[in-house]
Amino acid sequence: MVVSSRFLQGFPKSFLRSVSATALIAASVSLACAQQTVAPQSNTPVAGPTPEILQKYAPVTADRLKKPEDANWLLFRRTYDGWGFSPLKEITPDNASRLQLVWSMATGQVEGHQAPPIVNNGVMFVATPGNQIIAIEAKTGNLLWRYKRPLPEDLVNLHPTSRGVALYGDRVYFASADCVLVALDAKTGKVVWTAKVDDYKKAYYMSLAPLIADGKVILGASGGELGVRGFVAALDAETGKEVWKTYTVPAPGEPGSETWPAGGDHYKRGGGSIWVTGTYDPETNLTFWGTGNAAPWFGDQRPGDNLYTSSVIALDAATGQIKGHHQYHPNDSWDWDEVSPPIVVDYQRDGKTVKGLINVSRSGYIWQLERTAGKINFVAGQPFVRQNVFKSLDPKTGRPDIDETKKPGTGKTAEFCPSLWGGKDWPPVAFSPQTRLLYIPANENLCTELTGEQPKYVVGERYMGVAKNILKIVAGADHVGELQAWNVDTGKKAWTTNMPSFMWGPVLATGGDVLFAGGTNDRLFRAFDAKNGKILWEAPTVSGIAAVPVSFQVDGKQYVAVQSGWGVDPAKMQSRFDLLFPGKYPDVPQGGAIYVYALK
Amino acid sequence: MSEVEHDGDGANNARATRRDVLAALSAVGAAAALPNPAIAEPDSERPKEGDLFVAQDKSDGESVVALKPADIPLGGPPVIAWPYDGSGHVIRKGSRLNKVLLLRLDPATLDDVTRERSADGIVAYSAICPHAGCEVSVWVPDQKIFECSCHYSHYNPREAAAVIDGPTPRALAALPLKIVDGNLAVAKPFTGRVGIVPT
Repeated sequence: MVVSSRFLQGFPKSFLRSVSATALIAASVSLACAQQTVAPQSNTPVAGPTPEILQKYAPVTADRLKKPEDANWLLFRRTYDGWGFSPLKEITPDNASRLQLVWSMATGQVEGHQAPPIVNNGVMFVATPGNQIIAIEAKTGNLLWRYKRPLPEDLVNLHPTSRGVALYGDRVYFASADCVLVALDAKTGKVVWTAKVDDYKKAYYMSLAPLIADGKVILGASGGELGVRGFVAALDAETGKEVWKTYTVPAPGEPGSETWPAGGDHYKRGGGSIWVTGTYDPETNLTFWGTGNAAPWFGDQRPGDNLYTSSVIALDAATGQIKGHHQYHPNDSWDWDEVSPPIVVDYQRDGKTVKGLINVSRSGYIWQLERTAGKINFVAGQPFVRQNVFKSLDPKTGRPDIDETKKPGTGKTAEFCPSLWGGKDWPPVAFSPQTRLLYIPANENLCTELTGEQPKYVVGERYMGVAKNILKIVAGADHVGELQAWNVDTGKKAWTTNMPSFMWGPVLATGGDVLFAGGTNDRLFRAFDAKNGKILWEAPTVSGIAAVPVSFQVDGKQYVAVQSGWGVDPAKMQSRFDLLFPGKYPDVPQGGAIYVYALK
Repeated sequence: MSEVEHDGDGANNARATRRDVLAALSAVGAAAALPNPAIAEPDSERPKEGDLFVAQDKSDGESVVALKPADIPLGGPPVIAWPYDGSGHVIRKGSRLNKVLLLRLDPATLDDVTRERSADGIVAYSAICPHAGCEVSVWVPDQKIFECSCHYSHYNPREAAAVIDGPTPRALAALPLKIVDGNLAVAKPFTGRVGIVPT
């Protein structure tokens, strides 16, 4: 055995002199054995040192949110205008076939994974079902921390998912399903504070990514099927204290209350819930939110237009005041929540530039609107899928003339198209400023037959009044899912790519003119040519994809990230397709994973 | 409404607070009921042996009528009911997790486990779907099965409410029944947990 001089350096010279060489060797063997095992200092988990990438974590400022670096994806749709566009252009139609997996990670969850991986200077934050947030080194896939908030067992959570987190300063904001806003320390994943937004026992639940604007965390709650009164609330980003709360259904005497039956308490259970992150125009400090359908489902039980349901509302981020609105359709009876906010985009119309808003609605219409410092003006509307409910639109106001034979009611059956899931449900559209095209994940050829009944309100239970609900497909239809592209300046459709099943995939547009989306039940994630819709690349994942894809850059390399995990509405639609086409669509396995791709 | 809790997870803080209060109460020998789930109010406690049942749609009136086997129609549909502590005159509707489906079937069609839990062919199951917490509100008469119409999970009431299909993770918990003085009554507590998986 050789005892190194370095080892001997640890002993006093007097000690070394007093022991024989043999004894020294025996001692060194004994000490070497002692060094082979280490006992934990604690019987419970102890936090390790903060990883280097988190030690140098870059705080998210208001300016960075307004003008994010090309490499980052800091907001639900990357930018306040809601475009879902990354300027990164390393991946192009010419090289997209060389995309390959860089890393993947199991989320440990089932159910519908819908959130975008949010990326700040190489640190990724992913919200998953199960009320979980995971922080990951975006380049390597190394786990940084994980946070999970237990849910109450009596929670009613019709949409067990999360659509993401928000970043501000050195905090991560998470809208917990039990209607609590959680502020986490981005560096450690530890809770800084929690703030109750509303009472889950009144059937509110949250699933959206919060919006950070004007120093506030702005969010809303779901629960429209459970007889809630929708709201948008703003909490101080520093303290969690509520700054304002604006109900989407006015109380008696408030503006818009004249559109509800007088003297009743319809407004208390009027719906208009909020479950997709709003867009924001920093120039006017207005934030735009889409509202859910009115409750119960059938309009004859609440005569009137029912403001501000199935609408877009423009809220002053400072005060919460409703400065403008546009109701896409009055007195909803089709379950057409219009929860997608409009994207903020200027477009050409009759030779002039319109400071615009564009929404692709569940009713099957594309709405072109004009934004101002207050009012929202109607510009144009047209169907993008088969729509048989609106006979025409008022050219000045955009108010649809409803075909009453296509409007279900209490004890009245009606069949209408598109289905109650709409021409497009919640999955966000994308817009590319390079192609000037708006990309829509659409479902064509579907219709619904609905019959209503008078529901009785019981807190926590469904308050819809549905007696019969049947999904139907147009006879002879050869497809359902589509990815569509529309030119926002000409108002014309540029191309359509038919999908092999229904389509539930949020769309990502990129500077390389490549689009990304999943959304079909074959578990594939796809890249498309943004100019013509051609499929450039596809790869199978563990489950189906109904999540928001993103693109980011680390060390000069472009990556694309998305979660796979089938559940909630796509799974529900599939169960109805199983009745229409037994055996045609194989079951999609549950399970969740994060995938990150880059060029080989 | 905005209640802010700093420096820690609200749920954990709440638990710690309850423990502290409990310790303090036991130290002084107090036995006051506290407004939290750890020491449930009687109307939120899970059903106990001997509890009777009250139909949900008749649970708001002043007089309480306990359900008898004849009140449950043979072959369905199920009757939605709350357990009722007859001795304390407490309807256990403080927690929606106590809501049950009472269904009467031909005993010959029940499997052994289910028959053992039944009384006069009547079976009782939690009415709350463990998937997302919705009420299992739809009865499919031709197949005689339960449907949760939130996400279309189906349960077979003849086989311990086993999952037939859909996203639900497990069967509905059963509530074993007996008949006491002509009334339907709880024989044993729920056979499993009720409500959603809280993680």
